[in-house]
Amino acid sequence: MAIISIERTAKQLVLTIQDYSVFAWRAFMNLFTEPRYWSEYLIQSDIIGVGSTAIVLLSGFFTGGVLALQSAATLSQFGATAVTGQFVGITMIRELGPVLTGIMVAGRNASSMASELGSMVVTEQIDAMRALGVDPMRKLVTPRIFACISMLFFLTIVADAFGIIGGGAVTVFLNHQDGTQYFSKAWESLRYPDIIQGLVKPLFSGYIIASVGCFYGLRTTGGTQGVGRSTIQAVVNSSVLIILVDFLLTRVLLAFFPPL
Amino acid sequence: MMASNTPGPPQLPQPDPFRSGQNPAANQTPVLAFRNVSIAFDGSPVLEDVTFSVAPGETRILLGPAGVGKSVLLKLCNGLLRPEHGSIQLFGEEIASMPENRLLPLRTRIGMVFQEGALFDSLTVRDNVAYQLIQELVPDDEIDTRVREALTFVGLEETFSSYPASLSGGMRRRVAIARAFINHPDMLLYDSPTGGLDPVTSTTIIELIVKERDVHRTPSMLVTHRLQDAFMLCTHEFSTEYNCMIPFPNGVTDPNTTFLMLNEGRLIFDGSLQELIRSENPVVREFLE
Repeated sequence: MAIISIERTAKQLVLTIQDYSVFAWRAFMNLFTEPRYWSEYLIQSDIIGVGSTAIVLLSGFFTGGVLALQSAATLSQFGATAVTGQFVGITMIRELGPVLTGIMVAGRNASSMASELGSMVVTEQIDAMRALGVDPMRKLVTPRIFACISMLFFLTIVADAFGIIGGGAVTVFLNHQDGTQYFSKAWESLRYPDIIQGLVKPLFSGYIIASVGCFYGLRTTGGTQGVGRSTIQAVVNSSVLIILVDFLLTRVLLAFFPPL
Repeated sequence: MMASNTPGPPQLPQPDPFRSGQNPAANQTPVLAFRNVSIAFDGSPVLEDVTFSVAPGETRILLGPAGVGKSVLLKLCNGLLRPEHGSIQLFGEEIASMPENRLLPLRTRIGMVFQEGALFDSLTVRDNVAYQLIQELVPDDEIDTRVREALTFVGLEETFSSYPASLSGGMRRRVAIARAFINHPDMLLYDSPTGGLDPVTSTTIIELIVKERDVHRTPSMLVTHRLQDAFMLCTHEFSTEYNCMIPFPNGVTDPNTTFLMLNEGRLIFDGSLQELIRSENPVVREFLE
């Protein structure tokens, strides 16, 4: 019985990966052929980009703050508190900014995409759309994917900036250190490869969030209970995939841009 | 807009040799033809070896108890589902293995009314009804005019700017009918259009279907498990003079409205109302009684 269960689970996993790969490829390729729904792209950009600004801004600010608090305590043992700005800046821009923004946006938008599309599936709205001659992949999925990619790029910049500002606030008001030194160190230590690393990652995270959210939404079965299940799967799988892809990307990018 | 009488238990009409029992559309090239169609979900067969056709101007009523695959059959008609075996010809084109991008333009020639309406929650009634016209980039003024015409046809012109959530079940169903009718489709598919509605609202919906059938002669497939609705469709016509549905004289039925019956995934009956009434098949008899 156990072997049959393992076999069934393994088959389902392979089938899901195959379905997701075909789905993600089709959604991407739709951008290069007509029809394109630019108004949908703008609506989704507003929902994903403007709608997520507050949570990204706050999470970036406090992550920068906590980084400054923790690093100052450790660096003071070596008399190196002056490099707090460098530490916070590089960590935020290269790693924490992109990953945290990805996970925050996944929590907010992968869930909303899965539940919205899932509800449309169970109420036959997706079938109605197809019956009216409109391809739901083009109308619903492709605009969400490209809105998520482009908005996550800018949201990551916002998170990076507010992370450095949060670190600066903690450095000045709680650690009572020099703010000018903090910001100048953060600025001086930055190199183009750091920025490239930090801004390549959200392109992949954005694609993962929207494609996983839409994928689980559109394969919803089992009524309202199924919508809940799809939402959970979308958030969990997109968050795990973001961290996994972040690890792989970091490995590749470090090979291209080795640390000094 | 209301029918002249409220439906009671189905009254089985007497055969009329002059109008009943013969389908004048039966010899024409079919709009839709199923040949030995089968489909299964997760290994369990839902439809097996189904063969029938819909001729131009013909209305086919698909009867059967709940859960026998009526909605599945309807979704096969416009390619929303694909059969495992068999052939489906729609407007002369084989759609059983047609790619989705070629099916989409073909589907714009068909109007479909879903079981619960399937209106888009986030759009107003105007945008729901005009959905296909908006995709075709029809100018806004023309869209407004045509949507008002379609809403007037279903008696809901006052809901133009409302959202589906503010409408009753029957009103949503009528908006769905307006959405299906607006582009003057070459064929109509109705999936239990009166399911879950009260008798008065059901009669209003049936009247709209009879009106479309008799005014535009659009071929259609209608799925229902409610005998009284099926019989009313067959025994009534739309009078443009009185602008309402009126019954045929006693014993007369619409010759272009015929019946199919599904049971356990198989088609067990295909014929006119008179043949249905006279059928010896025990399942048909049980369903009628």
